[in-house]
Amino acid sequence: MPAPIRLRELIRTIRTARTQAEEREMIQKECAAIRSSFREEDNTYRCRNVAKLLYMHMLGYPAHFGQLECLKLIASQKFTDKRIGYLGAMLLLDERQDVHLLMTNCIKNDLNHSTQYVQGLALCTLGCMGSSEMCRDLAGEVEKLLKTSNSYLRKKAALCAVHVIRKVPELMEMFLPATKNLLNEKNHGVLHTSVVLLTEMCERSPDMLAHFRKLVPQLVRILKNLIMSGYSPEHDVSGISDPFLQVRILRLLRILGRNDDDSSEAMNDILAQVATNTETSKNVGNAILYETVLTIMDIKSESGLRVLAINILGRFLLNNDKNIRYVALTSLLKTVQTDHNAVQRHRSTIVDCLKDLDVSIKRRAMELSFALVNGNNVRGMMKELLYFLDSCEPEFKADCASGIFLAAEKYAPSKRWHIDTIMRVLTTAGSYVRDDAVPNLIQLITNSVEMHAYTVQRLYKAILGDYSQQPLVQVASWCIGEYGDLLVSGQCEEEEPIQVTEDEVLDILESVLISNMSASVTRGYALTAIMKLSTRFTCTVNRIKKVVSIYGSSIDVELQQRAVEYNALFKKYDHMRPALLERMPVLEKATTNGPTEIVQTNGETEPAVLETKPPPSGLQPASQANDLLDLLGGSDITPVIPTAPTSKPASAGGELLDLLGDLNLTGSPVSAPAPQIAQPSFLLDGLSSQPLFNDIAAGIPSITAYNKNGLKIDFTFERSNTNPSVTVITIQASNSTELDMTDFVFQAAVPKTFQLQLLSPSSSVIPAFNSGTITQVIKVLNPQKQQLRMRIKLTYNHKGSAMQDLAEVNNFPPQSWQ
Amino acid sequence: MLHILLAPAAYQQIPARGYGDLLIYRQSCSCLALIQLCRRAQVSKAQPFKIHFILLFSRQGKLRLQKWYTTLPDKEKKKIIREIVQIILSRNQKTSSFVDWKDLKLVYKRYASLYFCCAIEDQDNELLTLEVVHRYVELLDRYFGNVCELDIIFNFEKAYFILDEFIIGGEVQETSKRSAVKAIEDSDMLQETVEEYMNKPAF
Repeated sequence: MPAPIRLRELIRTIRTARTQAEEREMIQKECAAIRSSFREEDNTYRCRNVAKLLYMHMLGYPAHFGQLECLKLIASQKFTDKRIGYLGAMLLLDERQDVHLLMTNCIKNDLNHSTQYVQGLALCTLGCMGSSEMCRDLAGEVEKLLKTSNSYLRKKAALCAVHVIRKVPELMEMFLPATKNLLNEKNHGVLHTSVVLLTEMCERSPDMLAHFRKLVPQLVRILKNLIMSGYSPEHDVSGISDPFLQVRILRLLRILGRNDDDSSEAMNDILAQVATNTETSKNVGNAILYETVLTIMDIKSESGLRVLAINILGRFLLNNDKNIRYVALTSLLKTVQTDHNAVQRHRSTIVDCLKDLDVSIKRRAMELSFALVNGNNVRGMMKELLYFLDSCEPEFKADCASGIFLAAEKYAPSKRWHIDTIMRVLTTAGSYVRDDAVPNLIQLITNSVEMHAYTVQRLYKAILGDYSQQPLVQVASWCIGEYGDLLVSGQCEEEEPIQVTEDEVLDILESVLISNMSASVTRGYALTAIMKLSTRFTCTVNRIKKVVSIYGSSIDVELQQRAVEYNALFKKYDHMRPALLERMPVLEKATTNGPTEIVQTNGETEPAVLETKPPPSGLQPASQANDLLDLLGGSDITPVIPTAPTSKPASAGGELLDLLGDLNLTGSPVSAPAPQIAQPSFLLDGLSSQPLFNDIAAGIPSITAYNKNGLKIDFTFERSNTNPSVTVITIQASNSTELDMTDFVFQAAVPKTFQLQLLSPSSSVIPAFNSGTITQVIKVLNPQKQQLRMRIKLTYNHKGSAMQDLAEVNNFPPQSWQ
Repeated sequence: MLHILLAPAAYQQIPARGYGDLLIYRQSCSCLALIQLCRRAQVSKAQPFKIHFILLFSRQGKLRLQKWYTTLPDKEKKKIIREIVQIILSRNQKTSSFVDWKDLKLVYKRYASLYFCCAIEDQDNELLTLEVVHRYVELLDRYFGNVCELDIIFNFEKAYFILDEFIIGGEVQETSKRSAVKAIEDSDMLQETVEEYMNKPAF
């Protein structure tokens, strides 16, 4: 059997292959030869064969049949064998392989070998890819070597210990004694790896951290020596002595100085020294400066030092080297929250970075720009950011659009500006806007009451030319549906009103419906918009009816359902249509649960928002709600409008959805559902629609809230021990007269400090002779634990006439609100 | 982090049957704000500052060296290599040497016909990593004498040995150029047979 070809030979041969197929053929041939050689247990050439196998593995070919051979090589006495064997082990035998553990014994022996280079191989292998079991078994050996005086081995043992700790954190304690004198070493290799080991220990254990704080003076001294010492050819990099060690020490100092005044003070001087004396012409100097800046910002440094650090970052921003600019932006992003004013000074440079060609730099500049927007600079910044949105890569557009919306909401100087900004985003990046932005925008628009005409006009013009951007089209459809009457009446104050006919408006909405570019959701919006216009437009109702009926047979199930329901509205419930499709009222701003502030979009109109009633439709339900407001003294009481005007089933309870479903199926008179507007979510969180708590507070006496003309309403109370601000009231309405009371509607209003949620009633008919009751659940949130007061309004039909009454309920038992 | 933020009712758009477009919730906006805040927040959990892997590849995308300091299945490694080679080869001259990739950062530099790519933690010092890469090239140069790509192709095992004298477990072990190379040369002396003794051995 001729000797297997040499490694170099093989490499040369394979490189001559002109095609992938040719290469594969050569490789397969050689693999076969190697396999048979392995089978023959050939000791002489095993090393050579495994080396060749490793080469082929790098080219991407399978080499698993060499795993056991690696083990044999490691066990061999020859150094050459061991060298290749350990290399093979590191490449082929990671901890996921079954044979991995078989190495343990060999490594153990080699850790105690007489030749330091063999020990080195073993330490290296263990430190790169030892599994947890191996680490457990061999930790003792590593610890022994950590105490040796041989610096070649000591440095490797230190990194091996780091790996052991990463794999088996519990073993950290056992290395503690060996760390005693580590920093006394002169050898830079050992010093460096010791600092790495100390860093690892301090990061993982607060106790270790406290223990090692005493090393700060020594670390400072070492760092000082490095800076002050003269030229040392062994460790010099462009005039700086051992930058790797300097950076690691700075990093350790950062960890030790964090949240500790004394340590931070001890390092102030050296940090200032490094920050001012380091040569910045080459990358290596900047690397050290960068680390210094990070350290200064993280510890409790004095303000002068912090300013120095930010100024260094500012200088970095102006550097020609892209890498430096990148690094500066990253750091500024980290510090912008804590040192906002200092970073503001560099705003213009940061904004310039938006125009950089590098994608990573652009992204960071964008994030930083958003962080820097405030009330003063919002107009200028938005201009830049909108321009950026125009020209940036698609991967940024979604984030940028969301960021712009957020910033605009927080700092908009005027409503018009806000709407304009939104429009600009929708038209430039309309298809990248996130889905959740659409409802937000709609709410925003609803709340900017005096801008409705302007908004709808602009949106109309925007989609006239192009209705492919889905979020834009959705918002536009919704607005046209809501404010179409303003559009055709040409009422715009902010800009030149355009002349639009009802038919033209319907044309565009129908185009959206038909277009292949429209998503299903968008079509839904368009159809609903068309339907709403049936109450706002006067001449085109028939056209609308026709469109709606066409879609009653649409393939899209959602559209079909909507169309069928709308059709039903036309046919059977036409009397309800105006009420149902009335203008949406101004939505209350829901407070957030998180740490962000409650969003104030506009400096103006908080009170104005409340005063602007929904445009009078001249219908009972609306005026009823208004009456309630007036009677209760207007500003004092928050109107909870649980009645027909917003009879869209806007509840989170879920049960109302079924109610409207019943509309189609049973055709039974729908009790005016008690829907809710966007209520603060805490009332809805986790609480089922059934108001039963598992931990009901001990019985609270129930009261009779109202008793007149045969109608009696009782309140029973439940409160939760875990959430004492919430009181759940169940009302029971009974009728002692001899005739039924039908179309019963219960409304309630509470003082401003309370929040109210009405769930749906069990029915709208109270049978006579007390033979049945209507129950309805009210949830009251009373965070300020004020005395509960309530005004109720009852409407019903009795003995052929419509009855209505107002009452105040003051006899709430203290247990229900204290 | 996100799953904590999207806790109860943080964001909800109820697709009320047939009337979804009429329902509006404010929370989603603030949720986004929270997410952005957290992206910037300092998360000081124990993060090892280490190199995750090192790749050397040619301008045609051929792999010349791969050193992994984390455990991954072979298939996964191949996939990662393909992806990264593609990303880096498509970058032009005007861009920085850093690429955000998954939750790591790639630091790369081209020396003649070879790309050296290091994957580091997000929090790590990128500029220093450039120095680490440069130091490795210097070590190769010192050992091989005017190193070129062919040296690394034909003596790949030596390239690994040199790397292993410089870095263990993703951390630098020796900051002296001289010491690292001397260790390799001394090890070479230990190699048994005459032909395997040579500085650039032919196996």
